[in-house]
Amino acid sequence: MTHVQQNSFSSIQKEFPILSRKIGKHSLVYLDNAATTQKPLTVLKAMDAYYRLHNANVHRGIYRLAEEATLAYELAHQKTADFIHAQSMREIIFTRGTTDSLNMLARMLSSSVEKGDEIVVSQIEHHSNLIPWQQLANAQKAALKFIPLDKKSGMLDLSRIDKIITSKTKIVSIPHVSNVLGTIVPIKEIARRAHKVGAVVSVDAAQSVPHMPVNVRSLECDFFSFSGHKMYGPTGIGVLWGKESLLNHLEPVSFGGEMVREVYYDRATWNDLPWKFEAGTPPIAEGVGLSAAIDFLQKQGMEKVRAHEKELVKYAYDKLFALKNISIYGPEPKFRSGVITFNATPVHPHDLASLLNEKGIAIRAGHHCAMPLATLLNISASARASFGIYNTQQEVDLLVESIKKAQSIFSGGKRAVV
Amino acid sequence: MTKLEAPEKSFAGEGMYREHILDHYQHPRNFGEWKTCSVQHTELNPVCGDQLSFQLNVDEKGKVMDVHFNGQGCAISIASASLLSDEIKGKTMVQIQKLDKNGIQALLGITLGPARLKCAMLSLDIVKNACLIYQKYGKGGK
Repeated sequence: MTHVQQNSFSSIQKEFPILSRKIGKHSLVYLDNAATTQKPLTVLKAMDAYYRLHNANVHRGIYRLAEEATLAYELAHQKTADFIHAQSMREIIFTRGTTDSLNMLARMLSSSVEKGDEIVVSQIEHHSNLIPWQQLANAQKAALKFIPLDKKSGMLDLSRIDKIITSKTKIVSIPHVSNVLGTIVPIKEIARRAHKVGAVVSVDAAQSVPHMPVNVRSLECDFFSFSGHKMYGPTGIGVLWGKESLLNHLEPVSFGGEMVREVYYDRATWNDLPWKFEAGTPPIAEGVGLSAAIDFLQKQGMEKVRAHEKELVKYAYDKLFALKNISIYGPEPKFRSGVITFNATPVHPHDLASLLNEKGIAIRAGHHCAMPLATLLNISASARASFGIYNTQQEVDLLVESIKKAQSIFSGGKRAVV
Repeated sequence: MTKLEAPEKSFAGEGMYREHILDHYQHPRNFGEWKTCSVQHTELNPVCGDQLSFQLNVDEKGKVMDVHFNGQGCAISIASASLLSDEIKGKTMVQIQKLDKNGIQALLGITLGPARLKCAMLSLDIVKNACLIYQKYGKGGK
């Protein structure tokens, strides 16, 4: 059967220099996009040009380079604001990444949580949207409650949400897309319940922003965190978006240069938003890289990006599902983003990752930074293939063929290859 | 520019799952559990969820007379445990402490990259720690 490639991004691999690299004698097939994505040439060139032509510290110098660097850095905030439909760039705080955003937010909100209050997360959290809240709850003697996973459907079970999010709930922090199951979480539905009881809603959007159109206002959340390096931009930069009305009333948690207006030996006043939350020299070159990544994604169109990955994940899911001795975790394709976590019995995920590596295929093996979820699913480890804009059906075919071969090697080679 | 490409060997090539590794994985030697032994020790590799337990029977001179292991893991960690369990029989605790990653890779007959070396080293870490526990606390372990 010949499958016609419906990929509207058929020539996009050429824009990513690393994708022409060989692994041994094989072409690289990069399927670990939930961990980090590769970078298009435009991002590399933008950062290179910044260092070659414009490098200076921002918001200080009155010389030409400093003005250029400041403009570029502020433009990165504006582009990010536009990309997620924020009200203004005052709502865009640059951080080191999603983990940093969530940790910072937990510290910013710490004084609003008191003994006996409740913080709500879900059972499918990445460690970075679990531990900051777990530690805050422990420190304040608050309760940490969980929206359960419905193991059968792979979706969050919202049937008892009114019992979980109560008048004692101060913070609800949930993922937009699960990094293990690929589940797309209905943010708006949960946010409405949270707002009814006066809680604030934070969203871990590390796995959604690179893969689907996102509008923070129509999601009705209050805070929204994501990473540059998972959206074809550089490492070392992430975003914390917050509603301006809320950010105005929150105190900074990191102090030093940049974030101040007036400083005396015994006190200080803070700079305007968003700078009051960005202490020290910020990630300027990374901001320039993030701008270029946003330009790149907007050129493709996020609707098209989502359509491509939706089609690809369905194709991969169906092909994997047809294999013998395979367990796939999480919801059916229409409810998931481009992530498929699975086990191919009798091959241990580490062995599978090694065998796929021999074919130049990069996948993830392990607990994917979600140990409690792995325990809940009763698996010690699993394999994960996660897709991006440049992946193709041919690559999925190669993945599936290589999994079959790995299974046959571990079945003593006696099992017929289907 | 610093060369970052890993040596071809760590891409393991077709060699990583040689027949004897698969054999030790699928038919691990000394696999099982005794009700009593001189010392027993369990460790977990939290990154991959692999967990192995070793039981040693040791004579008065500190020589390992017999060994059992059990648990779960990938082919590299189970095959290493199986090969190691044969290797340490008849060795003294002092000799066992001298075993290192080169010894494990020699038993496997392959060279591993840093990520998979962790899988291979789990069993040796457990056996060495079991010996230390025995030397400190005597029969029955802690």
